[in-house]
Amino acid sequence: MPEPIIQMRDVWFSFNGQPVLQEVNLHVPRGDFLVVIGPNGGGKTTLLKLMLGLLYPTRGTVAVFGEPPHRVSHRIGYVPQNVHINKDFPVSVLDVVLMGRLRTGRGWSRHTRQDRVAAQQALEQMQLWGCRDRRIGKLSGGQLQRVFIARALVSGPEVLFLDEAMASIDAQGRGEFYDILKELNRTVTIVAASHDMMILSRQVKSVACVNRELHHHDSGEITQEMLDEAYHCPVDLVAHGIPHRVLGLHADKKEDE
Amino acid sequence: MWEALQLEFVRNALMAGVLVSVVCGVIGTLVVVNRIVFLAGGIAHAAYGGIGLAFFMGWPYAVGTTGVSILSAGVMAAVTLKARHRVDAMVGVIWAVGMAIGVVLLDLTPGYNVDLMSYLFGSILAVPVSDLWQMAAIGIAVIAIVTYYYNDFLAMSYDDEFARLRNVPVTFLYCLLLGMVALTVVMIIRVVGLILVIALLTIPPFIAEKFTGSLRAMMVLSSILSCLFTITGLWLSYLFNLTSGATIILVAAAGFFTSALWDYLKPRRSADQSAGTVNPA
Repeated sequence: MPEPIIQMRDVWFSFNGQPVLQEVNLHVPRGDFLVVIGPNGGGKTTLLKLMLGLLYPTRGTVAVFGEPPHRVSHRIGYVPQNVHINKDFPVSVLDVVLMGRLRTGRGWSRHTRQDRVAAQQALEQMQLWGCRDRRIGKLSGGQLQRVFIARALVSGPEVLFLDEAMASIDAQGRGEFYDILKELNRTVTIVAASHDMMILSRQVKSVACVNRELHHHDSGEITQEMLDEAYHCPVDLVAHGIPHRVLGLHADKKEDE
Repeated sequence: MWEALQLEFVRNALMAGVLVSVVCGVIGTLVVVNRIVFLAGGIAHAAYGGIGLAFFMGWPYAVGTTGVSILSAGVMAAVTLKARHRVDAMVGVIWAVGMAIGVVLLDLTPGYNVDLMSYLFGSILAVPVSDLWQMAAIGIAVIAIVTYYYNDFLAMSYDDEFARLRNVPVTFLYCLLLGMVALTVVMIIRVVGLILVIALLTIPPFIAEKFTGSLRAMMVLSSILSCLFTITGLWLSYLFNLTSGATIILVAAAGFFTSALWDYLKPRRSADQSAGTVNPA
């Protein structure tokens, strides 16, 4: 059995007394490509932030590499949902990526040569080295998204969290983006949240649907049928306003492979 | 102009203007990019309570203003960390209560005959040498701190959530920033007065933001612009016998509108270009 990267046990989370997530149990093995789908406001971002240690569960435990997430944040890469924050900020592409190399606040925060080499590699991987000196606000949505992926990758993470990574990429750029993710997934465990079902491409190894509750589908392959069902998920959920199972018969049918 | 420089108070005023400008450029930049202009305004106005307190208790002016500024900055930091969505309301309260306390304490002070206007609109022409040393000390401290934590401040200002994930001590840096804002505000009150503090703190960085590609460059350009505005303002106020603080702010405002106009005309040019080449409509 592969080493578990993320373990969530009976996790509940409330915000201002409102339950956002309840009874979440999740197990993400090393090398997984998990996509978390669900309607807007269903708790996808909250789920990710719990795994990142940016939020703490009201009840239950979250462990990443067997430890509380905030202790292993140097092994985690994160691409946030909103990449359009602070577009007027006077900062270059390279400097944004270098932020990913900041080490635990030990004062005198200078970037070393290794930091710059790592930043160059990450930017080259995202085909953005040529834009390194450009101001961040001058980039297109797709380029911006790749800058943020570079910032997440520059620290050499073992697990990568992507929140609505497709939001600012046009249809054209998506195929390319999937290729990048596929390549990354050879070495990095990926957890991606999306309300856009299109992310359920061939590379995805497992799917979880979250709408207050979480339904995890552990499967090595995704059939057209599952895709169809998943695609209807948010529509149905919005219509009924209740959490329900989307992926059919996954509940007790473990390990069909 | 040259005969004016023979006068000690004019030389002191120029020195004070330069010192304040440098600090203003650095801290003002962080204030603008962190969007805490309103907080800075609140700290500045609450400082009036400190002026009242200083006179009432018979303390030196700097003790009262520094104390109250740091205190109000601390309250604002606490509110920001506990209930971010309530910050603006809280700042409004501190803003008004601080001023009210100042007015009432001055009412209660026996034999009070201080020139109130000098605190509201500044008294750069009356800066004693001892204040210059204080300003220099604050300036060196601020520059040292910001240099030391530069990359952390950059990460926090750009994306505090990601910074937190990279173990940047965001909470500590935020409190440190508000503390430095408080000290800066006390310093600027000397030059332009507490009512005009926000203008000197925000106008130069706001202009500089458009023309610079990094936070560091924005700080440097802000400082230079601030120097330019302060010295020009001083010179004009000397020539035409005007209130120096208000004149400095008007010069800064002129700079602001010039840059805004330049900015307004520039995108139209590039829009015309792209319309000609790309957009068929």
